[in-house]
Amino acid sequence: MPEDTARRETLLEVAGLSIHFRIDQSRARAVDDLGVEIARGEVLGLVGESGCGKSMTALAVMRLLPRNAEVTGSIRLGGVDLARISDDEMRAVRGARIAMVFQEPHSALNPVFTVGSQLVEAVAAHEKVSMRQARSRAVEAMREVNIPDPESRIDDYPHQLSGGMKQRVMIAMALLCRPDLLIADEPTTAVDVTVQAGILDLISRLRAGRGLAVLLISHDLGVVAGIADRVAIMYAGRLAEQAPVRELFAHALHPYTQGLLRARPTKSHAMTGGRAAPLRVIPGRVPNALAQPSGCRFHPRCPAALERCAAEVPPLRTLRDGHLVACHVAEGDAPPDWAWRGAGAAAGEKATR
Amino acid sequence: MNGIPSPATEALRPGRGVGPLLGVRGLTMRFPIRRGLFGRVRGHVHAVEDVDLDVFAGETLGLVGESGCGKTTTGRCILRLLEPTGGTVEFDGRTVWGHREVRDAGEDGRTRTVFTGLDRAGMRELRRQMQIIFQDPQSSLNPRMTVEAMVGEGLVVHRLAATRAERRAKVANLIERVGLPQESLDRYPHEFSGGQRQRIGIARALAVGPRFIVCDEPVSALDVSVQAQIVNLLLSLQEELGISYLFISHDLLLVEHVAHRVAVMYLGQIVELADSGLLYENPAHPYTRALFSAIPEIDGGAGRTRVLVPGEPPSPVNPPPGCRFHPRCPRAFGRCSEEAPPLFDLGGGHLARCFLVENEAAEAPVPGGAARGP
Repeated sequence: MPEDTARRETLLEVAGLSIHFRIDQSRARAVDDLGVEIARGEVLGLVGESGCGKSMTALAVMRLLPRNAEVTGSIRLGGVDLARISDDEMRAVRGARIAMVFQEPHSALNPVFTVGSQLVEAVAAHEKVSMRQARSRAVEAMREVNIPDPESRIDDYPHQLSGGMKQRVMIAMALLCRPDLLIADEPTTAVDVTVQAGILDLISRLRAGRGLAVLLISHDLGVVAGIADRVAIMYAGRLAEQAPVRELFAHALHPYTQGLLRARPTKSHAMTGGRAAPLRVIPGRVPNALAQPSGCRFHPRCPAALERCAAEVPPLRTLRDGHLVACHVAEGDAPPDWAWRGAGAAAGEKATR
Repeated sequence: MNGIPSPATEALRPGRGVGPLLGVRGLTMRFPIRRGLFGRVRGHVHAVEDVDLDVFAGETLGLVGESGCGKTTTGRCILRLLEPTGGTVEFDGRTVWGHREVRDAGEDGRTRTVFTGLDRAGMRELRRQMQIIFQDPQSSLNPRMTVEAMVGEGLVVHRLAATRAERRAKVANLIERVGLPQESLDRYPHEFSGGQRQRIGIARALAVGPRFIVCDEPVSALDVSVQAQIVNLLLSLQEELGISYLFISHDLLLVEHVAHRVAVMYLGQIVELADSGLLYENPAHPYTRALFSAIPEIDGGAGRTRVLVPGEPPSPVNPPPGCRFHPRCPRAFGRCSEEAPPLFDLGGGHLARCFLVENEAAEAPVPGGAARGP
């Protein structure tokens, strides 16, 4: 359905979202004028490096930001603005309509209760059910996420489960009340690759089987490439680029996205003459949230930057079908390699500050 | 990538007769599990079992595996940051860690085990040659020391700088070499970003002029755009100074990129070892294949067949009998659960611990491990 735009039914609509934090006298801008949409049954990958605002966006959707956060803009779930509903109403939305899975399953589960009692609690919080019904729902949910022998594992404490199993329990818990949207914040960062492959498979299967929409937050383009329909790339609190997944990886237009794609070793980076070729780097580093650069926030690190980039914030432009880019320089028909031609490894080696 | 000579294959070529810089034989590390009031030993964590490794001058040996497979413990045992429970470690012809049986001169002729490794003074001298870069640049730097004091500490300990001014000049050189600005000298770790802190860690390791560095997940705590900068720095240092690396990582693509040869560990054992290009084109062990096919790739893995292995690595307290991978192996058969496979030699320095390759093995398996050094 993601390809079929005519039948898209927007589930979550984030528009003009800005998040500021007051720290002493200054204001840190975590997220700036962000707009994304997720349709029913769609997986949106939200990608960026640490501090780019991707987790803040997720917490804003869940209304779980700390009190010193100032949030503006609108977050609509099925047409209802989540910023305007009461705390009680929001509590009913959390878990029942939007569920969240965090990066660290160890710290998300309570160590002194069995996983079963935590699953049962999640059902009981939202629905009037008997203990027996809740328990059988919990067993069913554990079976659905491929936990072997759920009838006995349900009485295990979190420490008796491995990292991958704990993450499966978290997913089971998130799905208990059949939410429309699952927010998965780096769900596989704390687990090993073989376990990660299983969890990503599981998320894909649940999406297909239940029409679940997923906001998948990750720093790993590879993870997102495997299961997302569309990908949004964030840099320093702003959306840099957004496109359907194949389009994005085949025709990355933003210099930052291109840099990210090239910074990872691939099989084509062959060793020559017994030594490894240097990786292509993005010079410099991610800016501090208290001192964001003017204009395009990527311009100090961008090999294609023009004078204009330091002065004007680039608007999001649609350059190809469904492909949005916030860059003054990018052209829709540009070969994907233009910005990085000649920007070799040496530049990044020196530029560190 | 095939046919590119790594320093190892060059050195192993008949007639060259160049031995490895670092030779590890039968390295074993078992951590006791103590329980109860009197701290009785109730079992052991079999962290590293009978590991054989060689690292040649100027070579990068990659050590990959999932968490808990013993790769970090292996690195620490090599540096004697941990004292292994068995095996020998030799560096540049000297025994760093090892034991020998000797027969007493007395009439009963009892044998006893004598430690043949280096003493304190020997170790101190050796630490100049062998250094380590840690994963987390946050916790591996002392927050109360300036960059100059931290990077210069090795120079003081090993008496490599006669005066304060000389020390400062040497540290300034190192700082520049790793790509940090000169004003960093008098700053504290919290004033730097993750990537910069890792550069400080690298400068500290370089200060004493080592020939071998254990890089323990040196970039896994960093952002993707910064990872590449640090990897390139390590590569250029190797080229310039001829340093050997033991590059420990869970990131297979990264290891393929930087390492000449790669060893894959599973549950404390080396299950496969080969030249990097060969291993990635033609993995022999089912675990290695599963690891490769689990890497999420940006091209969506077109044309790849995904091998999903069920479950997770079992606990190293009670490793499974037979082949340690057999409970998760998609190709396991009867023998795998009964008999532990040795490392079979597939030729060209390619070793694999799996009965499925037994028929392809060029020679009879060497008992206990890898091809023995000269």
